[in-house]
Amino acid sequence: MEELIQQLFNGVFLGSIYALLALGYTMVYGIIGLINFAHGDVYMIGAFIGFFLITELHLNFWVTLVLTMGLCALVGMLIEFLAYRPLRHHGAPKITSLITAIGVSFLLENGMSFLFGGDSRSFPQAIKLVNFKVGFIHITNIQLLILIVSIALMVLLQFIVQKTKMGRAMRAVSVDQEAANIVGIKVDQTISFTFAIGSALAGAAGVLIGLYYNSLDPLMGMAPGIKSFIAAVFGGIGSIPGAAIGGWLIGLIETLTFTLGISSWKDAVVYAVLIVVLLVRPNGIFGKKAGEKV
Amino acid sequence: MKRNLREQFIWLLIAFGGWLIIDLLTFGGVINSFMLTIITMIEINVILAVSLNLILGISGQFSLGHAGFMAIGAYASAIITQSLPTIWGFFLSIIVGIVISSFIALIEGIPTLRLRGDYLAIATLGVSEIIRITINNLEITNGPKGIYNLPQFSNWSLVYIVACIVTLIIVNLIHSKTGRAILAVRDNEIAASAVGVNPTKYKVIAFTVGAAGASLAGSLYANYIQSVTPGDFTFMQSISVLIMVVLGGVGSITGSVLAAVVLGVVDTVLQNYGALRMVLYSLILIIFMLFRPAGFLGNWEFSVKRFFTKQKSSRENKS
Amino acid sequence: MSFFEVNNLNVSYGAIKAVKGISFQVNQGEIVSLIGANGAGKTTTLHTISGLLHPNEGTIQFAGKDITKSAPSQIVTNGISQVPEGRHVFSGLSVMENLQMGAFLRHDSDGLQADYEKVFSHFPVLKERKNQDAATLSGGEQQMLAMGRALMAHPKLLLLDEPSMGLAPLFIKEIFGIIQQIQSEGTTILLIEQNARKALSIADRGYVLETGKITMTGRGRDLLNDSAIKKAYLGG
Repeated sequence: MEELIQQLFNGVFLGSIYALLALGYTMVYGIIGLINFAHGDVYMIGAFIGFFLITELHLNFWVTLVLTMGLCALVGMLIEFLAYRPLRHHGAPKITSLITAIGVSFLLENGMSFLFGGDSRSFPQAIKLVNFKVGFIHITNIQLLILIVSIALMVLLQFIVQKTKMGRAMRAVSVDQEAANIVGIKVDQTISFTFAIGSALAGAAGVLIGLYYNSLDPLMGMAPGIKSFIAAVFGGIGSIPGAAIGGWLIGLIETLTFTLGISSWKDAVVYAVLIVVLLVRPNGIFGKKAGEKV
Repeated sequence: MKRNLREQFIWLLIAFGGWLIIDLLTFGGVINSFMLTIITMIEINVILAVSLNLILGISGQFSLGHAGFMAIGAYASAIITQSLPTIWGFFLSIIVGIVISSFIALIEGIPTLRLRGDYLAIATLGVSEIIRITINNLEITNGPKGIYNLPQFSNWSLVYIVACIVTLIIVNLIHSKTGRAILAVRDNEIAASAVGVNPTKYKVIAFTVGAAGASLAGSLYANYIQSVTPGDFTFMQSISVLIMVVLGGVGSITGSVLAAVVLGVVDTVLQNYGALRMVLYSLILIIFMLFRPAGFLGNWEFSVKRFFTKQKSSRENKS
Repeated sequence: MSFFEVNNLNVSYGAIKAVKGISFQVNQGEIVSLIGANGAGKTTTLHTISGLLHPNEGTIQFAGKDITKSAPSQIVTNGISQVPEGRHVFSGLSVMENLQMGAFLRHDSDGLQADYEKVFSHFPVLKERKNQDAATLSGGEQQMLAMGRALMAHPKLLLLDEPSMGLAPLFIKEIFGIIQQIQSEGTTILLIEQNARKALSIADRGYVLETGKITMTGRGRDLLNDSAIKKAYLGG
């Protein structure tokens, strides 16, 4: 029982990372209907940027976090501008954009492997690890940091999307691009902004995971990338609270498989739960019932 | 019907011509064993791409689960030919793989094929990963280590013939009554059901036939490479088949064949660039998609029939 | 030069020519109506004016400026707003947020406040439903919201695409009353309608569009009494 509760806590910490990543997927999918395959790799880039800022420039953790988020936002905007925007303007089929996204993902993974080598590096201990014991539960200050930073970023995101002009524009473009154009919203700029925010969150997740697992490598984004997309699907693609809940859910399922001693079936359990969820609620937990347009 | 037979005959002649060329070049020493391996892998990819295009292009269902069915075929053959190392054991294993894959496709397809677009893609990806993880955890499949030292029953020539037969079967399916129903469901599900076509039935047919094709390719792969591991059938394998289909042109069977060949050649050429290989590959992929969003051929098909009717269109019009 | 002028406009969708060399003018303060059957090219014309489509040929001039190649946002800034066919309100956004989107490009907070008040005085129901999701409004209320949203850009020229479509007669009457009110407050209006009788009855001038070409023009009242138009568009 104690083990179970301990694992539940671990699941929440891990799930926060998935949630941060899932938010980027869900926002981009919500606005242009694209599974941005390269999103997991932006997270990897974030971990690398964080690594260099700390080891080479000796910046402290908070400055690193903010700078990484800013630089990742630029990376995301650049990817959108170079790879996805031309296709969108030509009205290319959705699957073409998806393959391009896969191409961008390959490029980032292999480009980074080529430039910095494929080996895993150890992430610097920018914050000294402290262990707590609350009752029988072991918690580290890094885990708490992950949880607090993630929640703070989610609240900030929710504020941006709900209360600011740009956030309203994002929602308007998501529901009706033509009408958004008609009222004078700059659609390209809004999409670019969406990529910037999603990528900034991925960058934050990259730095946090580096700190948590102490390691980074060019392929580190692949598995979490897919899992967080699944988290977004769980929650209902396009829904911000859904992505957060989905992320935590996956974190919990994963850590629970450890407790049950079936960790080699970890991913299978995640997928099985996902399929059941989709069969019961084809648009995810929080997804709106989208009427199929004929 | 008679004319249809004639076209099929011409197809067979073209296919045989291709086989003869490879055979003669091998005999003459122009094609070495390294190139023969590449040719065989291209042929396997043709089977994979054509069968996925039936699901994706013809039936309009976004499946990301091809690797799972391929794994079933590969492991069926690996396990059976281990204890029954004869060519008949190999053929038996192919059939067993197809039966299991079709069965799984059937029970997977009936509930999931009502999901839309990307949701379906994630569900099929999920099933494929569940298959792989199951293989990874079972004893009969030898877990993560996989199965080695399999007898080599497939060779370029057998795979070539099978690839031609699979393509022929799928093209004929597309042009059959069933095929027209599949296309009708793709183009407008509601209109199709209004005229009495059951959408789920035809989606499941396309999905199951496609899965059988993947399984067949898996069997041929296992007994060509002579080993199988779960790592051969990850999600990346499904993606690489998807890339072939989109590069060739979604819905164009000719395009799928062409893309399998072109990618095989590109991959071979890039071998010379060492560490830069994948960087160049991804750049080529991105740039190609930006400049040819509809793939090599869009949905154009090479057709013997059209080729002939063009030349004597006046006579055809009268008849 | 007129306040608003379209000259020899040609627009195609791929190989299909939807608008074939049309020219028309709108003078300041007028209501001008473009009538025609389904597929005559009315919506294509409006979308081209709004910058959503690009013409193959021809020019669009507004208040002395050539806006043919302007981006949609520039056109809104210049003073042309559109109320699209089928309303296109932003579902998931509240009524108030929809109005805010209409004022997306404005930075004058004082004028803005006055315009919210003006929209609410035209459409009191929108004030009552300020915080409601736009998707939950009735068809007529959505039409009002779409009009209110366009007015929030403080347009000099308002483009209305089929405002009566799918609405009950009572709502149509109300909407057309408000259109005239908006005109009386100084906004010029270009109105596209299949409901020719209704449109011509409030229009100063009208143009008849048939398969991409303008076939007739005149004062609203004269067109309403024209026998050919009566036969083709007004049911005899």
